[in-house]
Amino acid sequence: MTSLATSSSATAAEATAAEDHGGHADLRLFGLATFLVADGMTFAGFFAAYLTFRAVNPLPAGSTYELELLLPSINTMLLLVSSYTFHRSGRNLLLGRMGPCRNWLLLTAALGAAFLAGQMVEYFSLPFGLTDNLFASTFYALTGFHGLHVTLGVICILLVWVQTRNGGRVTSADPFGLEAAELYWHFVDGIWVVLYGILYLL
Amino acid sequence: MTVASPNDFQESLQPQGWLRYFSFSLDHKVIGLQYLVTGFLFYFIGGALAGVIRAELTSPISDFVSRETYNEVLTLHGTVMIFLWIVPVVNGAFGNYLIPFYVGARDMAFPRLNAVAFWMIPPAGILLIGSYFITGAAQSGWTAYPPLSITTPALGQVVWIVSVLLLGGSSIFGGINFIATVLKLRRPGLKLMQLPMYCWAMLGTSILVVLSTPVLAGTLLLLSFDIVAHTGFFNPALGGNVVVYQHLFWFYSHPAVYIMVLPAFGLVSEILPIHARKPLFGYTTMVYSILAIVVLGLVVWAHHMFTSGTPPWMRLFFTIATSFIAVPTGIKFFNWLATLWGGKLALNSAMLFSCAFIVNFVFGGITGVALAQVPFDIHVHDTYFVVGHFHYIVYGGTVFVIFASVYHWYPKFTGRMLNEDLGRLHFLLTFIGFNLCFAPQHWLGLNGMPRRVAEYDPSFTTLNQISSVGALLMAVSSLPFLYNVIVSAFRGQVAGDNPWNALTPEWLTSSPPPVENWIGEAPLVQHPYGYGVDEDSLSVQAATGRDLWSGAGRR
Repeated sequence: MTSLATSSSATAAEATAAEDHGGHADLRLFGLATFLVADGMTFAGFFAAYLTFRAVNPLPAGSTYELELLLPSINTMLLLVSSYTFHRSGRNLLLGRMGPCRNWLLLTAALGAAFLAGQMVEYFSLPFGLTDNLFASTFYALTGFHGLHVTLGVICILLVWVQTRNGGRVTSADPFGLEAAELYWHFVDGIWVVLYGILYLL
Repeated sequence: MTVASPNDFQESLQPQGWLRYFSFSLDHKVIGLQYLVTGFLFYFIGGALAGVIRAELTSPISDFVSRETYNEVLTLHGTVMIFLWIVPVVNGAFGNYLIPFYVGARDMAFPRLNAVAFWMIPPAGILLIGSYFITGAAQSGWTAYPPLSITTPALGQVVWIVSVLLLGGSSIFGGINFIATVLKLRRPGLKLMQLPMYCWAMLGTSILVVLSTPVLAGTLLLLSFDIVAHTGFFNPALGGNVVVYQHLFWFYSHPAVYIMVLPAFGLVSEILPIHARKPLFGYTTMVYSILAIVVLGLVVWAHHMFTSGTPPWMRLFFTIATSFIAVPTGIKFFNWLATLWGGKLALNSAMLFSCAFIVNFVFGGITGVALAQVPFDIHVHDTYFVVGHFHYIVYGGTVFVIFASVYHWYPKFTGRMLNEDLGRLHFLLTFIGFNLCFAPQHWLGLNGMPRRVAEYDPSFTTLNQISSVGALLMAVSSLPFLYNVIVSAFRGQVAGDNPWNALTPEWLTSSPPPVENWIGEAPLVQHPYGYGVDEDSLSVQAATGRDLWSGAGRR
């Protein structure tokens, strides 16, 4: 009895929430942006830990901070291009051109998946494992946590792709789903650029 | 598609009466009370754990519980009191109940996120308490410093981490909601500098929550890798660095003190003007001192680490930064005194607890400034002096304000008044018990009694026994309180809409308020502290939604 009442009230609330936002402006993007600040602080904590480890803790003899640059650089390019393709998709949605919008979305998801594949290839070619030394652990923690974000991002893009189908929830009149995924995707790209800078280049 | 009006909803779909407090309700008032009651439940659990600690410490040898159990109990006590009692109650409970009223909104910005944030708390609490009975609880204190947290039994520590991660997530979701509500959901015509002070306190607190809690979450993830996957981030044996953990931990956990105490500042700023019948003194300086505390609070964390081999420049910087926090805090303190000065004080229970808060907090603040000085800190680091200081801030400060707030807002929550005589008895017992319990701990600490150890030098016995008597008094003091809040809900004197003749918006509607806070338009309250200026304004009927005080009175 209780559970029935609970679930039905949640559904009804969902219906009204989708229609209007209690008479105020749509704040969902603002909320997402605030959440991304929080998420960014998690990365900031990891970066600070990594930089401190690097400055203070000597590595055991025979290990090095040097990494292969080619694959991660290609990966960086993939992500940067994917930010652009997502932007194109968003522009097309606002102009009401659903066909190109969906194609650009698929391309973005493909680029994200290619990035993840590249990451996997890198993982398997590295000479060290998770627990080999402090640098190895930090490397996997940082890139793994970021990779988790990329994975979530690709899933979100595919969900938005489904939602932009004819009669779907995301339209030029209500572009929130796509805008949210886009904001998140740009954030994940930005984090990667910092990560690439301090992990590979520094 | 037609949208059901809010009232249809209420009648047809929402669980009614007490049942809705057990539902995934989206009403900010229901969620606020869910936080409050859940919080009090954990307060009594945490209090029982404190009772075990004080019982053990009545004698210098470890006789009441085993040493391992003592470690588990002190870890659970700290974690429950901080993450399941103070933070959810002073932020979640009063924040959710009051903030939408104060900004003139019908609910929080993200009602569903709000409900999700609350419902993350019971599982986290059950995990934490349950770990004691099933796997054995964590034994490394609420700070979970490695290498201790890596070497103590792993299962309890991992459950502890999962629980704290859940609570941190809940706190972040709440913080996002408060920021959006205060900044974006204000009623048209209501300016930021016209908001009641609690809104500013919650805005500042939520900024701290959003900026610092994720760092703790990331740190605990790394710690869990150290425990589960045997990485070496914080394990010196594997080339790791324990001090990095301390930096990251305190980057959250020092702001956490402000997350616990800033909302209390806000609540007391609401209570004092109403019962002193005077405007809040120095509104603008109050706002800026909150913002200053937010900024400074983010750059003082290493004062917890003066004995962790911090270099001299770091000690210098963090001593100075910490001492600076005394300035905005002092401004707020003198503003409260000036608010009381020459007022028509009604010394009811809410006011007694609020005034006692000022006294306790000043004492805790002074020992805090003392602790910020490196030579003194090195002398008393990890002794009972720190325990005494901390409890003066968090119990004498925040918990006293929570009690004051319960006495103050209970009529709004339930529509009935609490019994004043029982309230004063509760206050007297709490105030005496609290000071008896925690004041002697300063002497103990100065003489070198370490914290977190079940055994101590026999010369400390007398002061420890006095402290335990104080703890017993505090336990007894909760009896009249419990009786009062339970019985008054049914038999209390009917309060009416506005028993305190207050001007802040939550009083300008019925008690308890209707589902969307006001029948009709929300009132525009531009002078929430206009007391003692225009007596006629107090008789204006609230729920009409007219501009009630624009032009009349001062802030």
